[in-house]
Amino acid sequence: MLKQIEGSKAVAEGVALCRPEVICAYPISPQTHIVEALGKMVKGGELSPCEFINVESEFAAMSVAIGASAAGARSYTATASQGLLFMAEAVYNASGLGLPIVMTVANRAIGAPINIWNDHSDALSQRDSGWLQLFAENNQEAVDLHIQAFRLGEELSMPVMVCMDGFILTHAFERVDIPSQEQVDAYLPTFDPRQALDPAEPISIGAMVGPEAFMEVRYLAHAKQLQALEMIPELAKEFKDVFGRDSCGLVQTYCADDAETMIVAMGSVLGTIKDVVDEMRADGHKIGVLGITSYRPFPLQQVRAALENCKRYLVLEKSLAVGLGGILATDVRMAVSGTGLNGYTTVAGLGGRAIPKASLHKLFREVEKETVDKVGFLDLDWEAVNKQLERERRIRHSGPIAENILHDKGIASAAKFG
Amino acid sequence: MVTAAEMLSVAAFLEGRFAQAFPSFGSERMGAPVVSFCRISDREIRLREPIMEPDALIIQDPTLLHQADVFAGFKDEGYVLINTTKTLAELDLDSLLESCSPDRICTVPATEIGLKHIGRPIPNVPLLGGFAAVTGVIQLESVIKAINGKFSGKVAEGNIAAATEAYQIMLAEKKASGLATETTGRA
Amino acid sequence: MPYQPVKFYQTGTYTVGNRLLAPNERSVQSSEHRSNSINSGHRACQGCGEALGARYAIDAAMLASDGQIISANATGCLEVFSTPYPESSWQVPWIHSLFGNAPAVATGIAAAMKAKGKPQVRVVAQGGDGGTTDIGFGCLSGMFERNDDVLYICYDNEAYMNTGVQRSSATPPTARTATTMPVGPEPGNPFGQGKNVPEIAMAHGIPYVATATVSDLRDLEYKVKKAMGMHGARYLHIFVPCPLGWGTVAHDTIRIARLAKETGLFPVFEAEHGEVTGVLKIRRKTPVEEYLKPQKRFAHLFGKHAHPDMVAHIQDMADRNIRKYRLLEEEAG
Repeated sequence: MLKQIEGSKAVAEGVALCRPEVICAYPISPQTHIVEALGKMVKGGELSPCEFINVESEFAAMSVAIGASAAGARSYTATASQGLLFMAEAVYNASGLGLPIVMTVANRAIGAPINIWNDHSDALSQRDSGWLQLFAENNQEAVDLHIQAFRLGEELSMPVMVCMDGFILTHAFERVDIPSQEQVDAYLPTFDPRQALDPAEPISIGAMVGPEAFMEVRYLAHAKQLQALEMIPELAKEFKDVFGRDSCGLVQTYCADDAETMIVAMGSVLGTIKDVVDEMRADGHKIGVLGITSYRPFPLQQVRAALENCKRYLVLEKSLAVGLGGILATDVRMAVSGTGLNGYTTVAGLGGRAIPKASLHKLFREVEKETVDKVGFLDLDWEAVNKQLERERRIRHSGPIAENILHDKGIASAAKFG
Repeated sequence: MVTAAEMLSVAAFLEGRFAQAFPSFGSERMGAPVVSFCRISDREIRLREPIMEPDALIIQDPTLLHQADVFAGFKDEGYVLINTTKTLAELDLDSLLESCSPDRICTVPATEIGLKHIGRPIPNVPLLGGFAAVTGVIQLESVIKAINGKFSGKVAEGNIAAATEAYQIMLAEKKASGLATETTGRA
Repeated sequence: MPYQPVKFYQTGTYTVGNRLLAPNERSVQSSEHRSNSINSGHRACQGCGEALGARYAIDAAMLASDGQIISANATGCLEVFSTPYPESSWQVPWIHSLFGNAPAVATGIAAAMKAKGKPQVRVVAQGGDGGTTDIGFGCLSGMFERNDDVLYICYDNEAYMNTGVQRSSATPPTARTATTMPVGPEPGNPFGQGKNVPEIAMAHGIPYVATATVSDLRDLEYKVKKAMGMHGARYLHIFVPCPLGWGTVAHDTIRIARLAKETGLFPVFEAEHGEVTGVLKIRRKTPVEEYLKPQKRFAHLFGKHAHPDMVAHIQDMADRNIRKYRLLEEEAG
């Protein structure tokens, strides 16, 4: 049913349709509306049988999910940023134990400095944990990805992170088609665990594994993600049969057929990029888009196929590998290694900085001309940065960096109004 | 509490259009000026940037106009709807409004209307009713449907009455000042 | 004429294992139908108090629940010696997740059982003092506050033993550990105010809190049985000497535990909803030296560079416990 609905609420409704049995939640912006909506559904009896547990920290949230999933219950939680880091030990534990927990990550920057707005640093900090990571472009895809995630995770017996941009998607009201319970039931069967704690058949889960077998166990996590590369497109196809729309999959391309310049990105910024590409195409530019939906497993083959015929590509990412450059860009580079393709990275939107169309128009033209920095930063205030670097050269007791930058910017804008 | 932008998006949705409403990207602490946005289109909206060039502004608290730069990027022929009992002259906004078309700037006592029909000084819903009349971007019927979707019983009745009164006041003002009727536009 | 030895049986005592008692008075361990939840073959040290306590506790829990137990175990000695790669000695469904999350994992299991309509399956969490009083403390408090249906058992050997005897917040004052060496003006663990987790559990108002010891194994079985007869958050704190970490002789484990009780240093009591309801009285009040001297971890208090003042301070602590919990039969005034 079509609804004009807040992204968080849509996701909550989608998750509820998947019949989770245990939901554990700790509040953190900007995921709060999701768990609040689910909590209300459980308390009101709409979502039953389901236990909703208000936990005392994100570490507890993931741990409760681990216990519940190991005991055979379909389990769900949601977090962001600091919360994801706080549960990091348990995140690795969940994938190491092969428990098919589904977790929404409402992508948000990691501090310090504390920042509640969107970028991809949180999810990407866990990219090697063994969790599958799927990125939604819009709220429809966010809902659809959760449904596919439960199915995918339970077939593989691995946990799945569904990533959606905090505030930009979670707090946006837009049109979403919420499926019916019948449709979801047809697509997602009851959870049939590969392993379960059961007094009738006692097993020990989580014992130590020595050097004799650790590599094999770890490899199997990798093998499962490689299986997912096959499974994700199959599940997307089945999704289309049941729900009637193309959604999710490994990657998507837009205006790519004869593109000489390709823009690669993940998440909601793809929407803005497509608008810019339409306008540039109308002006005769041969430019296209590659959107990555499945970040882990990383679809090396599909990325290579999408890029190998272009002349140059730009990875526009909301993440920064401090001391190196791009995170997504590094994975893309691996996909096209050996092709000799010219690749550029632009880091944009960190900490929720807006990515305006106008800036992208300018940037994409620079990429076409190959005059852009190999590793660039969109709309960075170089004056403020250089001022701070100079301050540090001059003075030993230069003070906290963040406060200095805010101070500089504050003074600058006050001067504007004189 | 539903913001005016969200309800506006619902009204547009009910007319079969695409709409995207979202809160400002600025500080979200209580007491800070809050700006929310809405895009309406006949095609799927993919754009995610903040609204850089608004076609219309709905001002719930004119005292904030000197604190937040809402007129940045505002189109000269855009609509401005201000919640106030004062006249434009009394509001001392001449400098801010000088490049706007005078027949596109309207005031409506939305807080008072809200207090009268809903019993609470909330201008959201009356402002939407006024917006429907002034711009014609949405129909009053859609605003009423949106209200019924969110509220019920006496609360819904009160909100509908408030929206309708604001609509009628603005419609009368429009006719009186000979404003051009607009049936299309983007917010 | 051949010499016929006469066998002499103690028929009326309550020593553990006495099969001459009426069946309903026998200990769980004396039954050939006991679960052996933690089976032989585990790699605990000789004389390990924790292995003893765990065996008694879990078998009692199994009996009380008709064999319907799932256990979550924190990282630590018990977890390590009970599952030496590639074996497991557990005969109950058992999960080891992390060091600090056993209470939360147990909460999750309990929630799953509730959601699946299996209320008869009971959850027991196990952890050492490190995993309970330190790193798992937040999760423990959360579980208490929500009154989750979990019995949490803490095996307290008063230090991080598995990693090489480092100090925990359960380590008593003056004790030698690898991070509180017996050197300097204040040798061993400093005197602080301690961290009384049973009292903290009581402050949460949960249905049942009890302390127990491996010197009173029947009492331990009774407390587990009682706890299993209740629902909601329950906490059992078991005193388990560690011969390796404490520097005691392996065969002295039970005797050392008894001395801890008889000196008053380890009060044995039970409480419901925050109020003490029962106490195991001291049979023969014993000075703390008798408890401290057999343990190498307290050796620096005696001998050439003795610290009688510190011993006196410890005696004060014991006396305070005796007063507070009324551990002696006769009460003053």
